[in-house]
Amino acid sequence: MAAIDIQNLWKQYGDFTAVKDLNLKIDEGEIFGLLGPNGAGKSSTIHLIAGLCRMQKGSIKIFGKDIVTDFVETRRNVGLMHQEIVIDNFLPIGKMLNLHPGYYGVKIDPDWRDLLIERLALEPHLGKKMMGLSGGMKRRFMVAKALIHKPKLLILDEPTAGVDVELRVALWDFVREINKRGTTILLTTHYIEEAEELCGRIGIMHHGELVALDKTKSLVQKINKRHLTVSFKTGDDLKITLNEGDSLQKVINDLANPGSKDGRESDNKNYSEVVDFDLQKGSLEDAFLSLTRTEGGRRE
Amino acid sequence: MNSQINSIQTQKFSGFKSFSTLFKKEILRMWSVAGQTLLAPVVTATLYLLIFGVSLGGRISFWEDISYIQFVVPGLVLMGVINNAFANTSSSLFISKYLGNIADLLVTPLTPFQFMTAYSLAAILRAILVGLVILGVSIFFTSLPWAHPFKAILMATVSAFLFAQFGLITAIFAKSFDSLSVFTNFLLMPLIYLGGLFYPVQQLPSPWNTISMFNPLYYLIEGFRSSILGRGEISFAIAFSVSLGIATILAYWVIYLFTNSSRLRN
Repeated sequence: MAAIDIQNLWKQYGDFTAVKDLNLKIDEGEIFGLLGPNGAGKSSTIHLIAGLCRMQKGSIKIFGKDIVTDFVETRRNVGLMHQEIVIDNFLPIGKMLNLHPGYYGVKIDPDWRDLLIERLALEPHLGKKMMGLSGGMKRRFMVAKALIHKPKLLILDEPTAGVDVELRVALWDFVREINKRGTTILLTTHYIEEAEELCGRIGIMHHGELVALDKTKSLVQKINKRHLTVSFKTGDDLKITLNEGDSLQKVINDLANPGSKDGRESDNKNYSEVVDFDLQKGSLEDAFLSLTRTEGGRRE
Repeated sequence: MNSQINSIQTQKFSGFKSFSTLFKKEILRMWSVAGQTLLAPVVTATLYLLIFGVSLGGRISFWEDISYIQFVVPGLVLMGVINNAFANTSSSLFISKYLGNIADLLVTPLTPFQFMTAYSLAAILRAILVGLVILGVSIFFTSLPWAHPFKAILMATVSAFLFAQFGLITAIFAKSFDSLSVFTNFLLMPLIYLGGLFYPVQQLPSPWNTISMFNPLYYLIEGFRSSILGRGEISFAIAFSVSLGIATILAYWVIYLFTNSSRLRN
């Protein structure tokens, strides 16, 4: 069963179309990354899934249930960590954490609560109110709050924006572990290399449309070219761009047999004096930029 | 990770638990500012009783067998009830909107009906507590006949419920603290003070007595006062029916807004 099944989704704010005819299926158990430049429609899509805003057209199903007609059923299965830091300052965070599962119609699981506190290093801060926490701690607390009712689907809207490397790495390790235990993850991030490392599949949105959707590796390979740098004794470097489907073996053969029938044309280089090769893979960032760059070469 | 701990929810869902959690949160919020919610009305009521009851009361008399301070105490109690029911829902929901943490609630399985009832019940509880506190203060100034105590409780509850709805509607539409205070200062306060809090409306000159009949506060105050004093300008049945009717309409409006308002879910 699909964890999320979006069909022909449209969202407009006045004259601005934030999401245009979006179709997307995310399978149960996936870690799915939704990328795109600012204003691409990622957060609108997430807000529509979570029920924070209303769609103009289309449908969204979560684990087979419609988010409009079966909203009680769908919302209890979703945990959302907002992009913006949401302050609720009337109770210490420990008490807020105890209260939160109740909104989802369940009692708190003390073992699960203790685990979240331990893994997110919240123990010394449980008696503090949110305003007394650092930015990173606020984000840790928001992650704990999104997970405290044990949702089947966890939505993380740019969870590591502005946090230090240590927390980022710890958070992604935790997300991987949660995912292994069955929680489906949908995340948006601006840290593309993290999405590349973490997500099995990636969708790239631009101007409200899904402009790419594939397995992360396939997406990178399909869109990006690899670059081979050949270094000579003389200190010269030769840069060769490999197109999709180009075999590295063929390129090396060509280099070894310059001027042969299938080899490279003579370029006055002595290939017997090659001292090093450096093969650079295309990154997701390159793919992202190539898909979202406007005609004038400017990213929006 | 401890492999014994299940990370996917297996407990049976309870809709009542969702509702009771929001209600509990509202009570905790109210209690966290108890000085502001419960003690401030004591000061206000004492000042009113000193000024209107003790200082001016001796020179004013509307009904032969009822002193002015006896006349004014039910009005002051109901004013406390109304103000606090309104303040509880309007401040709680508006601050949630203002700080953005309403989003934490809007993504939960809480239904619009549960939002309305949880906020309203917490507001009624605060309003009744404040009403009791003001009554407690009034004991030092006068005694009341308590003609129909059950009806008085019923009327106070309906009044609190009505103004809890008004507070929710105000909070949903308000865009800033300024616009919130506009509702309070230019609508709520005139309605309270012109609704017969300090005087019998029927003794106003025409057409003001007729105009006052269109003020819903008139029915709340009259219904509550007549329940306590045993006499009034209109029957309890009319006062209660009008109040309950308005409260019901507002409650439906609140449910509609929680379902459809772009001020909550854009």
